Amino acid sequence: MSTVDVHSGRSTSDGPATPGGPHGPRRTTGRAGGLLDPATLARSLPAALAKLDPRHMVRNPVMFVVEVGSVVTTVLAVVDPSVFAWVIAVWLWITAIFANLAEAVAESRGKAQADSLRRARTDVTARLLVDDTAGERAVPGTELTVGDRVVCEAGDTIPGDGEVVEGVASVDESAITGESAPVIREAGGDRSAVTGGTRVLSDRIVVRITTRPGETFLDKMIGLVEGASRQKTPNEIALNILLAGLTIVFLLTIAALQPMAVYSHARQSVIVLCALLVCLIPTTIGALLSAIGIAGMDRLVQRNVLALSGRAVEAAGDVSTLLLDKTGTITMGARQASEFVPVGGCDPERLASAAQLASLADETPEGRSVVVYAKERYGLRGREVTDAHFVPFSAETRMSGVDLPDGTQVRKGAAAAVMHWVRQGGGEVPDGTSAAVDAVSGTGGTPLLVATRPAGGTAEVQGVIHLKDVVKEGMADRFGELRRMGIRTVMITGDNPLTAAAIAEEAGVDDYLAEAKPEDKLALIRKEQEGGHLVAMTGDGTNDAPALAQADVGVAMNTGTMAAKEAGNMVDLDSNPTKLIEIVEIGKQLLITRGALTTFSVANDVAKYFAIIPAMFASVFPGLDRLNVMQLHSSTSAIASAVIFNAIIIVLLVPLAMRGVKYRARSAASLLRRNVLIYGLGGIVVPFVGIKLIDLLVSHIPGLG
Amino acid sequence: MNPTLAAVLSVGLLVAALVVVHRPLGSYLARVYSGTTHLRVERLLYRLSGVDGDGEQRWPAYLRSVLAFSAVSVLLLYGLQRVQHWLPLSLGRQNVAPDMSWNTAASFVTNTNWQSYSGEQVMGHLVQMAGLAVQNFVSAAVGLAVAVALIRGLARSRTDRLGNFWVDLTRGSLRVLLPLAFVAAVVLVGFGAVQNFTHGFDAHTVQGATQHIPGGPVASQESIKELGTNGGGFYNANSAHPFENPTSFTNLFEVFLILLIPFSLPYAFGRMVGDRRQGYAVVAAMAVICLGAVVASGVVEAHHPGAAPTAAGASMEGKETRFGVLASSLFSVGTTMTSTGAVDSWHDSYTALGGGVTLFDMHLGEVTPGGVGSGLYGALVLAVLAVFLAGLMVGRTPEYLGKRIGAREMKLVGLYILVMPATVLVFTGIAVVTKMGTSSILNPGPHGLSEILYAYTSAANNNGSAFGGLSANTMFYNVTTGLSVLIGRFVPIVFVLALAGSLAKQQKVPASAGTMPTHTPLFTVLFVGVILIVAGLTFLPALALGPLAEGLA
Repeated sequence: MSTVDVHSGRSTSDGPATPGGPHGPRRTTGRAGGLLDPATLARSLPAALAKLDPRHMVRNPVMFVVEVGSVVTTVLAVVDPSVFAWVIAVWLWITAIFANLAEAVAESRGKAQADSLRRARTDVTARLLVDDTAGERAVPGTELTVGDRVVCEAGDTIPGDGEVVEGVASVDESAITGESAPVIREAGGDRSAVTGGTRVLSDRIVVRITTRPGETFLDKMIGLVEGASRQKTPNEIALNILLAGLTIVFLLTIAALQPMAVYSHARQSVIVLCALLVCLIPTTIGALLSAIGIAGMDRLVQRNVLALSGRAVEAAGDVSTLLLDKTGTITMGARQASEFVPVGGCDPERLASAAQLASLADETPEGRSVVVYAKERYGLRGREVTDAHFVPFSAETRMSGVDLPDGTQVRKGAAAAVMHWVRQGGGEVPDGTSAAVDAVSGTGGTPLLVATRPAGGTAEVQGVIHLKDVVKEGMADRFGELRRMGIRTVMITGDNPLTAAAIAEEAGVDDYLAEAKPEDKLALIRKEQEGGHLVAMTGDGTNDAPALAQADVGVAMNTGTMAAKEAGNMVDLDSNPTKLIEIVEIGKQLLITRGALTTFSVANDVAKYFAIIPAMFASVFPGLDRLNVMQLHSSTSAIASAVIFNAIIIVLLVPLAMRGVKYRARSAASLLRRNVLIYGLGGIVVPFVGIKLIDLLVSHIPGLG
Repeated sequence: MNPTLAAVLSVGLLVAALVVVHRPLGSYLARVYSGTTHLRVERLLYRLSGVDGDGEQRWPAYLRSVLAFSAVSVLLLYGLQRVQHWLPLSLGRQNVAPDMSWNTAASFVTNTNWQSYSGEQVMGHLVQMAGLAVQNFVSAAVGLAVAVALIRGLARSRTDRLGNFWVDLTRGSLRVLLPLAFVAAVVLVGFGAVQNFTHGFDAHTVQGATQHIPGGPVASQESIKELGTNGGGFYNANSAHPFENPTSFTNLFEVFLILLIPFSLPYAFGRMVGDRRQGYAVVAAMAVICLGAVVASGVVEAHHPGAAPTAAGASMEGKETRFGVLASSLFSVGTTMTSTGAVDSWHDSYTALGGGVTLFDMHLGEVTPGGVGSGLYGALVLAVLAVFLAGLMVGRTPEYLGKRIGAREMKLVGLYILVMPATVLVFTGIAVVTKMGTSSILNPGPHGLSEILYAYTSAANNNGSAFGGLSANTMFYNVTTGLSVLIGRFVPIVFVLALAGSLAKQQKVPASAGTMPTHTPLFTVLFVGVILIVAGLTFLPALALGPLAEGLA
């Protein structure tokens, strides 16, 4: 898709833009459910155990504290064994393992994808062009350097990222996009970028390598989906700081509790203190935080979007201005016939017939739309015309048409060109013609004039075809949704302001930028950002690169140039610009999931206090048993139940962390109400119920009851 | 009148008065701190002290000014006490001992007013007026200044300037506290509080003994003691003394004075950030918790089981009989919810749970409504925390008043909320297991724990009230409470000003439908939840071993 409309109407996007709706195909299917599938968990268990390495755990302060607690309680359980001691020790280990399991499960899904990508990167032999002799030399793909030129012919795998400098070829990019339809790559223009690991299906091209081996797009992709290059995002860092802060507060609380307990002649065992500590620190969110982040990136990959930085995914949630290119995003890629306007008293049926005839051989989307419109509106079947001579469109004549066997000539094309043809053919241009043409232009449409000339007769204007940019179905609703989410949409188009206004109105966008040049786009982004807005946009051309780089979320189309891909911070492998809206939703969902589980985790503490405090001290101060509102069986069963609940809730929430909290496009106020009710209030209530239920079970264990 | 009805009417009157007054006073505060013109006397002061009244400071400079001013204040107050014997109006009192001078100086400069001395026996009029009263004004003005700097951080964008500390300090003292204190003092005098320069007089009691009753500039001290949420009494008996607090009306009036500025400041905040509703949301959260504590305290004091309370109709022990149980408990909540520390009854002698309420009030971090200035800045820090937790749930990087809450902001918030619990818990932990700590305890068992916990809670929160029962005038307690007072005051101020600096730099994110509203009742509920869960629950284990163990027995 290009920023400037091309009047030939040829769709400039060769990407498999998903028709009909914004929801593109998913990379994999059958991902809902099955997250708690024992097989998946069992497969991830070794990885989870390996992550118990303190050097890994220390990166997550909350879970590191849990691990230290596990070690301490285990040592104490060995020294002075009791059922209670072992139950606590084992469940503290389980808490730590569950946390790692969440991360491992999240990562395992990425690993599978990485493996399939790796297969595409099998050792390739490159056919390096040696400059002066014009001969070629076979070298391993890993030894290529930037600037090398290689030859790829049908059947060859392109050895590295680069730019086509010579030739044109169809390329199978399914290794990267998952899309099996081949795409055209040619020298010059916006379709010159090729990706290492993709395969040339036909013809021969010369590629100039632009990326060093090991840093190619494919390598980046593998790193991303594996989570190897995952860095903590700004919000994740902020949340980690909060969690670490809370952990320290509770460490102090527990550290100060023992002296007070000693003073009160209610000295507690270290095992009980460890249990209380682990229950109070925010383990639920601490355990799931990295899984949420990985799953968020994964959700993008599922939709064939690669976020080159996690920061961009978060920024997507914050976006408040969306810049959308008109063509291909808001409207169908091409104009379509929407009306036949007869002039000079011409019969509408005749006009339709002439228009259809003139378009029979016109394979452009516009031409096809004329045939279809005539058929649907006037019941004219597409006719097989034999022996007809088709006149193709040329930039010189600016007309196309057909010469029928009976000598009749039918033409359609730009108004001025067709009028000229009519006059040359001895005909008159009826008075209403210019008015009809102007009327179509005035509404933002493109007028095509249709004229016929019977054999030996004079040429005659039939009427005007109104070609119109057709707004994709459901766009107005979609923009309404965005508005409710607090996001402003701005349509970018190369059209004149009149046309732009008409389409903007119809599509329901909030604003538009007409006759947009790349630098206008950049200026608009800067202006929005100065006002404190975060801007997202899509682009594919080299001239989009500065704007893509400037935007907070810049989604480059995979069909686009290397410059565009490098400037943006996301790449859409489907090259579907509408996906920007989904990306925003995924960003929001990621943050919501994080917030919901944090709130849940913190709210959980209320019930845990009520379980553990009376259990610790009711023996010395019987009055404190009145805090035992859950009527837990015994002090040991109460503490064990709290610890077990604390571990189990992690694993129960893994599916939520992976799938993300359900997101609906609503105002912030309404989202907040809903989520506070579910995760805040739920976070207070659920553990009361859960701990009580667990207590009912564990109180039957001898030694705990 | 039925005491419950009387109490409900008193509280109703108090709430009504605050509702009426908080808007005009809040607007006035906003104008004072937003204005660009200086009064004549202010210009004179700036010229004398070499301050550029129109120059603004970056946050480190603002902080340095706060710390320098406070350090100099401590030294001056310390010196004044050490040489009072040789100065006029000393009434022949001796120079104050070094450790007590130090303790008093630190305590008054931090707006704590922990008193390890009996006011009428140790301090002469000059120290009372030129030392303590001055600190009562300026320490409150420092609190206001820091709060205003934080408000500016939220209100401004793309600047590194937070205002001028010296200007804020001067304006707060001269334009806010001085006139209000003057009016309040006149009212107190009108209702019988003492204001003179006599050495006192001797009275003959019914039993034939002679009692020396000192006089002095009491009403003027009293008004700023409450208004500036200071709490340091002229007399050892504090607001239970009839010269400080003569009637039931003055008792209620003093509670009103205590709550006046802390409950008006949120309105000023709303005005200064250009959205009054933001102020209402904050003040609503403060009021909900404060009223909850008033009710809780009243209920446990009035309905405590036991032979004596049942016979008397309520737990009379420790209460000022002139005012009754409920007026006393109202005062106790007012004073512990605001870091004032003035008392008209002895918290130590409250029922265990009633005493627990006063402890819990302070454990919330003195933000509901908290001390003058310090209450609002503490509340805003917790509001940022509430925004961070809840804000994620709307799917955006959390933002408060258009300012994004990122890693740096969270670091500062995290450090802020760490300081008070750390100070209280560490010192309490040390005190309860060392001989130095436990030897001061009067009552063994849970009550003794409450006494120690109260001492450090009061000190670290700059409240200054004492639970009694604890002989706190020992080397150990003087040193550790002195440290707590300083840590509890100045370390959080460092983080608050850094936060203000970091917020001021940011460009505001314009509000849209995607912005989490922070002016709605829902946000107020969340805010209350965060204050109770994050700030309050930290102390639940300690409270369980103290007041709860005792009260639920």
